[in-house]
Amino acid sequence: MIMEHIQFIAPEISLLCFALLIVLLDLFITQKRVLPVLSVIGAIVAATFIIVIWNTPPVGLFDKMISIDPFGLFFKLLILAATVLVILASHNYVLKFNKFQGEYYALLMLSAVGLMLLVSAINLITIYVALELSSISLYALVSFLKDKKSSEAGLKYLILGGVASAILLYGMAFIFGLTGNTCLTCIAEYVRGMPFKDLQEVPALMIGLVLIIAGFGFKIASVPFQMWVPDVYEGAPTTITAYLSVASKAAGFGVIARVLMTVFGLPVWLHNDWAMIIAVLAAITMTVGNLVAIVQTNIKRLFGYSSIAQAGYMMVGLAAMGLTMGTKENVTGGLIFFLLSYTLTNLGAFIAIIAISNKINSDEIEDYNGMIKRSPLLALGLTICLISLAGLPPTAGLIAKIYIFSGAVNMGLAWLVVIAVINSVISAYYYFKIAKAMWLGTPVTEEKVDASWPEWLALAACVVGVLALGVVPGLFMNLTTAAVRIFGI
Amino acid sequence: MELNLHLLSLIIFLPVIGLAVIALLPKPGQKTVKWIALSATLASFIVSMYVFCMFDKSLVGHMQFTEKISWIPVINSYYSLGVDGISLPLVILTTFLGMVSILVSWKIELRPKEYFIWLLMLESSILGVFMSLDLVLFFLFWEVELIPMFFLISIWGSGRKEYAAYKYLIYTLTGSAFMLAGILCTYFITGTFDITALAGIQIGATFIPLELLFFLLIIGFCIKLPVFPFHTWLPDAHTNAPTAASVILAGALLKMGGYGIIRVCVSMMPQVAAQYAPVMCILAVVGIIYGAGVTLRQTDLKRLIAYSSVSHMGYVLLGIFALNQVALAGAVMQMFSHGIITGLLFAMVGLVYDKTHTRDLNNLRGLARQMPVIAVVFSIAGLASLGLPGTVGFVAEFIVFNGAFSSTTIPGMQVYALIGVLGIVLTSGYILWMLQRVFYEYPLEKYNHVGDADLVEKVSTFAFVAIIMLFGIYPAIMTDIINTGIMPIARLIGM
Repeated sequence: MIMEHIQFIAPEISLLCFALLIVLLDLFITQKRVLPVLSVIGAIVAATFIIVIWNTPPVGLFDKMISIDPFGLFFKLLILAATVLVILASHNYVLKFNKFQGEYYALLMLSAVGLMLLVSAINLITIYVALELSSISLYALVSFLKDKKSSEAGLKYLILGGVASAILLYGMAFIFGLTGNTCLTCIAEYVRGMPFKDLQEVPALMIGLVLIIAGFGFKIASVPFQMWVPDVYEGAPTTITAYLSVASKAAGFGVIARVLMTVFGLPVWLHNDWAMIIAVLAAITMTVGNLVAIVQTNIKRLFGYSSIAQAGYMMVGLAAMGLTMGTKENVTGGLIFFLLSYTLTNLGAFIAIIAISNKINSDEIEDYNGMIKRSPLLALGLTICLISLAGLPPTAGLIAKIYIFSGAVNMGLAWLVVIAVINSVISAYYYFKIAKAMWLGTPVTEEKVDASWPEWLALAACVVGVLALGVVPGLFMNLTTAAVRIFGI
Repeated sequence: MELNLHLLSLIIFLPVIGLAVIALLPKPGQKTVKWIALSATLASFIVSMYVFCMFDKSLVGHMQFTEKISWIPVINSYYSLGVDGISLPLVILTTFLGMVSILVSWKIELRPKEYFIWLLMLESSILGVFMSLDLVLFFLFWEVELIPMFFLISIWGSGRKEYAAYKYLIYTLTGSAFMLAGILCTYFITGTFDITALAGIQIGATFIPLELLFFLLIIGFCIKLPVFPFHTWLPDAHTNAPTAASVILAGALLKMGGYGIIRVCVSMMPQVAAQYAPVMCILAVVGIIYGAGVTLRQTDLKRLIAYSSVSHMGYVLLGIFALNQVALAGAVMQMFSHGIITGLLFAMVGLVYDKTHTRDLNNLRGLARQMPVIAVVFSIAGLASLGLPGTVGFVAEFIVFNGAFSSTTIPGMQVYALIGVLGIVLTSGYILWMLQRVFYEYPLEKYNHVGDADLVEKVSTFAFVAIIMLFGIYPAIMTDIINTGIMPIARLIGM
């Protein structure tokens, strides 16, 4: 039976093999430029495997440890795409740690393996192991620059991440203690059979639920577990910041959605409770993220807070998903579409930032003054991504917001949507602050800023994606609706 | 009967094609850019004129030249376009102003490539707003407009341009944020984004009070129009925007607000509109009088015209919320006429500023001697603005007040109308006083060297004058069309 199932985790296995191959090759070869090529090939091979198994009916593997379903596969592709784009964007950046290129790419791919397992795990134990695999690789990557800031960021991420893992584990222990199971569907069966009418009647479940939300809240950077974000984002190598802000966050949402929806989806009183928790956290998260972002002067810190705010919008979708359970409505793909749009947009912005900072060696927004004269295309690309982040047309950002908010209004969360749209207005202020600096500021020097061809390629892919999602979203929405169909009843 | 030529899409996307050509040319000369922009907008204008001529006036309450393609199936949203008697005048207005704004910018030298790209994008988005029949599409075009306007004001503006651009951005975004919430609630209640279908649906009691939904939707339009307490962005944006942006802003952009109120708020929720009509009428009257009063005190020529817009948009609001057929038709006519007249006024202010480098009324005197053509055209625009018979301004204001005064739906409407008429008196005051200060009295020596309008400027301004006269003398061309659009709404209100 195990052999039959192996084919379904071929994507992860192939990626793992390539990662190990890179570490080995790194010992022998001097032409380090081979390594990124290999890692991109690895990701493409993995993606091919995913496409091959795309149409198989949902199936639980290895005695309900891992599930293969459209939801997980969608996230896997998203993570792989993000990984490839980050590798392309690293083309010049890796020269900062020339000797350790092999380790850099290998760790990046290992972390991708972890995230891919995380989104398809359907057992508390696999979830935890996958989470640690990705996190430990990321702890190392965050401190890769080895300077003061980067090391501090790494240490901070390690300690807070460890605490979050412990909290998560603690929550899982409560659930296990109550239900005697670690497999998600088995727990769900137990929970549905409980003779209670209120969460307060089952304190163990309540504590377990809250602790699990807290543990994952760290990963998706929801308030009040967002403290690490600005420092880590600022200190980490910019490529890793980009990776953290999209791949890690997307996987975090993937796993939290899966756990909450399958385990705590029914009975109705249960999902009403956690959906309210998520809704309130969403309101606080986006408000805090947006308000603090206004005063930032460092672009990486600003994007840190911006990513917190964006997580808030995504949580609106999560809450709406929860409330949909048990009603006759279909679960909407709003959250997933938003993640897709956010991944492309944020990566596009970061690729432009990486290319620019390679040249100007600064992350201060005032050093972006007059960038339109120094590199029109980079400035234009970054502007389009900023417009998308602010949720203005004709970009993915607006459609994603409409989609995610319409789901929420449908579930009676109109109050939350009003808070969210007001937040969008606030966010426009600081996104336009960067655009304004680039278009209106007087440049310090007239020196041109250019990017290498892999960076151009990655940026072009993102910008085209952002515009395509904004103009012809229908195609992609079908994909996202298919992905969430597994949560139907 | 109708050949499906996608004429409306053509009108919207011709400027976009021009924009793309300009953007893709590697290093176009200034001249090439201008000519491409001009031909794109001219082509769009010609197509819109064709639509205007082919528009069937016998079809009452029907969208014509419709196009409908599934766009976002998941949320039931379509790429759906169409024009009726309400939108067609505004489409013509926009294509015309779009073309003229290129001519007005003929002498721009700062970053011309980007400038014309933004200008074309602005035109496309406004056209999209007037033609969309799907609320999501409507909202998309509504929001697109912000980006070019922000950059036009903040890069090519003058004075406190960044402040003005930000103020514009935040005001509009706030309004549209509420509008988005309103649109989504509407969708949840009715299950459709189709504007024509929504006009036929009686929205019943639901999870949010209808009044709240009405105000969620209307606040964005009120900011854009602008209605009295939300108008403060307008003088700043106008004063600091470049001339072409001011022309489009006053001429076409503000009309998005009035159009939205008629198309979305009044058509969808006529009962709520009737219920709150007195409030809106009071705001309208306050806007008319306050706007006119403040205009009297302005010494900056551009700011003066900007505040006069606040006052004139009050007529539009009054006409809409008098909620009778004549007044509504008047409101649409007033939007059209204000677009032409104020567009011309801003173009003239731009000319005066170009020649004299000042907009301060205290520094301008007796220019009629030095620039007779500009003086004459400016005076015609001014007289049209104060509603001189024979100009389109008179027709519009007359219909609005005639309709408002005879309205029986709203209690106390006659009082509002009577107070509103006082606005016309104040308008005469500030327009004539302004003309006197700028063009008459003794000429100043320092302006002896300044020239009059050149050929391009004459062409563009005479075109305005021709329209002002044409529709002033024979308004039926327009009012017949407007009526076909107004009738079904009037039926909804029960008038």
